[in-house]
Amino acid sequence: MHTGQPTRPGQEPIDVNDPGLSRFDIVREGARRDDIEIVHYEEQVVPGSRAERRLVRTVAGFFLITGLAATAFLAIYIWWPWEYQPGRGGDKMFTPLLGATLGIALLGVGFGILTWGKKLLPKEVSIQDRHEGAVPAEDRVITSQTMLYMADELGVRRRPLLGMSLLAGLVPVGAVAAAPLVGGLISDPHKNNQMMTTGFAPQDGRKIRLVREDGRPIRPADISAGGQITVFPGIEHGVSNRHADSPTLLIHLRDADAEESRRNNERQGHGGYMWGNFAAYSKVCTHAGCPASLYEQQTNRLLCPCHQSQFLITDNAKPIFGPASRRLPQLPIEVDAEGYFVAKSDYTEAVGPDFWERP
Amino acid sequence: MKRRKFDMAAVPGNTARAVDDRFQVATPLRRLLNKVFPDHWSFLLGEIALFSFIVLLLTGVFLTFFFEPTMTEVIYNGSYAPLRGTPMSAAYASTLDISFDVRGGLIMRQMHHWAALLFMAAIVVHMLRVFFTGAFRKPRETNWIIGSLLFWVGFLAGFTGYSLPDDGLSGTGLRIASAIILSIPVIGTWVSAAVFNGEFPGTIIISRFYIAHVLLVPGLLVALISAHLGLVFKQKHTQWPGPGRTNANVVGERMFPRYAIKQGGFFMVVFGVIALLGGLFQINPLWLFGPYEAWVVSAASQPDWYVMFLDGSTRLMPDWEIHLPIGDGYVIPPLFWPTVVLPGILVGLSLFYPFLEARYLKDYRSHNLLQRPRDVPFRTGLGAMAVTFYVILTLTGANDVIADKFHISLNAMTWAGRIGLLLLPPLAYYVTYRICLGLQQHDREVLAHGVETGIIRRMPDGRFVEVHQPLTTPDEHGHAELPYVGWVVPKKMNRLGALGPAVRGFFFPIEKPAEAPVSPGHPPVEPRPEREEVGSGETRR
Repeated sequence: MHTGQPTRPGQEPIDVNDPGLSRFDIVREGARRDDIEIVHYEEQVVPGSRAERRLVRTVAGFFLITGLAATAFLAIYIWWPWEYQPGRGGDKMFTPLLGATLGIALLGVGFGILTWGKKLLPKEVSIQDRHEGAVPAEDRVITSQTMLYMADELGVRRRPLLGMSLLAGLVPVGAVAAAPLVGGLISDPHKNNQMMTTGFAPQDGRKIRLVREDGRPIRPADISAGGQITVFPGIEHGVSNRHADSPTLLIHLRDADAEESRRNNERQGHGGYMWGNFAAYSKVCTHAGCPASLYEQQTNRLLCPCHQSQFLITDNAKPIFGPASRRLPQLPIEVDAEGYFVAKSDYTEAVGPDFWERP
Repeated sequence: MKRRKFDMAAVPGNTARAVDDRFQVATPLRRLLNKVFPDHWSFLLGEIALFSFIVLLLTGVFLTFFFEPTMTEVIYNGSYAPLRGTPMSAAYASTLDISFDVRGGLIMRQMHHWAALLFMAAIVVHMLRVFFTGAFRKPRETNWIIGSLLFWVGFLAGFTGYSLPDDGLSGTGLRIASAIILSIPVIGTWVSAAVFNGEFPGTIIISRFYIAHVLLVPGLLVALISAHLGLVFKQKHTQWPGPGRTNANVVGERMFPRYAIKQGGFFMVVFGVIALLGGLFQINPLWLFGPYEAWVVSAASQPDWYVMFLDGSTRLMPDWEIHLPIGDGYVIPPLFWPTVVLPGILVGLSLFYPFLEARYLKDYRSHNLLQRPRDVPFRTGLGAMAVTFYVILTLTGANDVIADKFHISLNAMTWAGRIGLLLLPPLAYYVTYRICLGLQQHDREVLAHGVETGIIRRMPDGRFVEVHQPLTTPDEHGHAELPYVGWVVPKKMNRLGALGPAVRGFFFPIEKPAEAPVSPGHPPVEPRPEREEVGSGETRR
């Protein structure tokens, strides 16, 4: 019971069982007990007026629209041809029709309810006390003293061994809780030297062929001057995400570019990495690992579409613009006895995005 | 024995009595029904986020019935002919099935995606409202922190969600995420290997993201949202200053029925808008992107809008690599700064802003009245600065598309972004600060001299002066200084009731127009007795 609550000046608590009271009187008394004063309360429409009948019709109209649209949704869902057919089948309209009917149905009920609430219900202004900081200072004292008393009862301060042994017991329990998660998830990133090797690493002394996406090996004559092709290691699952670090760009440079390229490779200690006018660079951007796949033939620039790092192929794939800071690694290539491209060895540096312990 | 007559009319009363006997709900229920809420359109922005979240839960549960969160390789054999026979992950194949082979699956998927975008957008706009009006001040700092965390948890929910289909676009996003993890000094490779169970992409990341997306992250969201709403309820909503409104009361309407009905209607409207978006506007047509293959990417690969600012910051970052010549040498890649350090700073700044501001202003009182942005120019300026910073980064996240569509050099776009990021935020601060001061000054001017009427009067000495309508009875010098109370100052004559109210009715008036309201101290505004056609004076034939 809240009879003990303060009453507003000039207002006496009323007897709610008084049969003479209207229902609103009781509502107002209830509000008063929650420290709410209803200062303004007014009907928005005169009962029985044209305005009221018009609003009722509007709300009813909205609800009827909802009923119609929802029925249409069901009919379309059941009878409309929905299965995908190539080309312009009727199924193209299935999802838009569902969306339109569902949207109209929901908007109808929404606007109906809003109109009902906003226009037909009486408007009011009520004022409620916040009672902030109303916790009496005494209560704070009582609660804090109670809690301190509880601490006294536990007596940790008097019996320090209890506290220390509890701590000594709980810390390992916490570690036990964390151990399976950490232990289960942890995986050595340097296992099998995986950060440094790709699918082009020679297997049993056998050099790995460069293959196309369909697995066929490549002859030098297959790429015209100025052309480029994405190549993969010719091993099992070489053309798959299992070797996500292996995709390589094989580029057939024109004579002058190849000459310049060889000179610059030499300077980077990559002499002999090219075969003829062919050079192979990792396709995995050294910045964030996207495939750097937009090759501009005229300028010999390779652009990564994710963050726009640009690499100059003729300067040993040096980053010349954008956020990348490291050259694309070069794959040393040659042609085997059968005339197909092979990797002389694996990449001689880490492929892909940079990391802390990269040597 | 005489059978007692069953009294239908007494059932509700009896039930209510029975319930109250057992649970004593009458008093708490009365308090709930009576709780007063202040009303203003800007208080509904957060609700949009809440309602979008409900739609996300509903559509998301539907999607889980059909989605297969594994990276097992399958050969697609569904309805979508162009991809038939393509090897792909089961995750991608089942997403295609949801789009083409589950009746109504596509609209559910699109509604889910649109609701996610709307959820994040509503969070941001709501956060701006709270920031610019000072609603985060004591005692509501905790709720501000929870709200800021909701943005980042929502960010995580969005990222784990759009990574699940394992299509060409989302796989590229995952690849970048792995590179970001790798860039963290010392522990990067270990964390990355732990997340992906070895090298990227591995075979388990989709399953891990799935459980994060459908259980862990939504669980966290539900917990945070519950705490957020609970605190709003407990601490009571802030309100704008105005007649009768003080720091110690709430002026508004009781929660039931009108306020609650309006909320319900608003929910249905938000739901309806999402349904329209999901049905009529295509989003993430992942059948066009193909399965994720590490060597395939297309230009204009953009993440969802709320991730774009990180993409932008990554693009603007210069190629500054830090090399530590210790032992074999260690590297801090340039990727680390815009994607790990920058978000870290942003989280820290947003979490601690209420405390920093209170300390700066030495203001440790409780505030339940909102401030108009113009009244706190430095905060409004800081907000404008932050918004400018964010917008530049977001636009830069799409700078390749902008460069392509407007035929601008891509490199010029990057440089414009780099320079703009440094110059424009301070400029935005200065301009906003000046605008705030100007608006303040104009408010004071109107309070002192009155509203501009647009009537120009020529004085006997030839001067022209504009007639002002004072807001109160002026003193003998013609001045009427009213105090500024932190709320809208009327600046147009019709705000003072100089125009009659509009006639209601769409095609026909439904009632006689009411009399123009009479403000105390002013004569009622009367229409002219008769109207004459304004013409040249000549009789028209």
